[in-house]
Amino acid sequence: MRRNLAIVPAFNEADSVAQTVVAIHQHAPGFDVLVVDDGSLDATAERAAQAGAEVLRMPFNLGIGGAMQGGYMYALDHGYEIAVQVDGDGQHDPHHIADLLQALHSDPELNMVTGSRFLSASGDGFQSSAARRAGIRIFSMVVSRITGQRVTDPTSGFRMTNRRGIELFAHDYPHDYPEVEAILLMHAHRLRSCEIPVVMRPRLTGVSAISSTQSVYYMVKVLLAVFVGLFRRRPTLEPNDRPAVLAESAT
Amino acid sequence: MSHITLQRGLAIALTSGLLLLVFELVRRKRLSERYAILWLLAAVTLFVLAVWKGLLTSLASDVGISYPPSLLFVVAIGLIAMILLNFSLAVSRLSDQNKILAQRLGLLQQRVERSEALANRLAPDDGRASADDAESEQAQPVATEKLSSGR
Repeated sequence: MRRNLAIVPAFNEADSVAQTVVAIHQHAPGFDVLVVDDGSLDATAERAAQAGAEVLRMPFNLGIGGAMQGGYMYALDHGYEIAVQVDGDGQHDPHHIADLLQALHSDPELNMVTGSRFLSASGDGFQSSAARRAGIRIFSMVVSRITGQRVTDPTSGFRMTNRRGIELFAHDYPHDYPEVEAILLMHAHRLRSCEIPVVMRPRLTGVSAISSTQSVYYMVKVLLAVFVGLFRRRPTLEPNDRPAVLAESAT
Repeated sequence: MSHITLQRGLAIALTSGLLLLVFELVRRKRLSERYAILWLLAAVTLFVLAVWKGLLTSLASDVGISYPPSLLFVVAIGLIAMILLNFSLAVSRLSDQNKILAQRLGLLQQRVERSEALANRLAPDDGRASADDAESEQAQPVATEKLSSGR
């Protein structure tokens, strides 16, 4: 059995998910592929299975945070050492998985490597709209200030974690719009992360999870979570610790 | 004086109605005690304030409210805000638990399908295995249908 897992969250992406799965198998042969079908109403799960992926079906739409956490739970249960998130809509180029892996292996202290759109000098490829870049820059400033290291693309979901990261995220992962908070979660648990440049492509199908009307909610929600998070004490989670999820500790 | 009596009569009727309603819902087990406690507290407090006129008046003058029924509203709004916050807590906890259940269900389903496929490959001629399989094939669309109609 392989030790590396690519987690592909997909919601109604029947047209592109098979392509993503095949591309991962082709460009990252050392990785098993798990498609997390987040309550799709189309044939996403069937297409993914036909393309040779394991499929985790959520009984209804949990949102990206809940779906990804399900993927990390799978990785934890099945003993994977490395997990990489690759979006099912084709934005993340599986070519870069090898780069992420190399970066993660280059430093044994590292627990997470994120592919950043904004590090590549050329700046070509898919860069998203001006408004969205402005939002990302605000998050970038906030996250860089809190973590004390430069974070250029805190909203990038193209990231790879080692076993410690898998353990952490399987137990505690933010609900919606999780990427920014996940970096801070890592930081709070004193795990190390870094970024490497990647080129992202325009999505093949579907629409962004974040419409323009939702982006205000996005900004407010994430900034609130970041701010409140500063006042939350999160002791470093060891593998045998009780999960930090509120629901499991509630009476 | 008569319109104040009317107001008091209305306040007493409404608060005792609320008290009875909460009691009846708990008695029929439609409302669990856990969530009824705050409602009962609110209903009893308001009822006492409505019935015991001297208390409301003296409390109102203590805090400098010249129109005593306003104090009733202040207290009522405070209690209702408490109840609503309590509900938000309950909803947050339920959605957390719901998420965990959905994730666990997905993981279990994947495991079951995996082992059924494996069992089928190991013993394809076993009548029992294929019967199980047919059953699960049938169960699948029904479950999906139920969930999607629930949206």
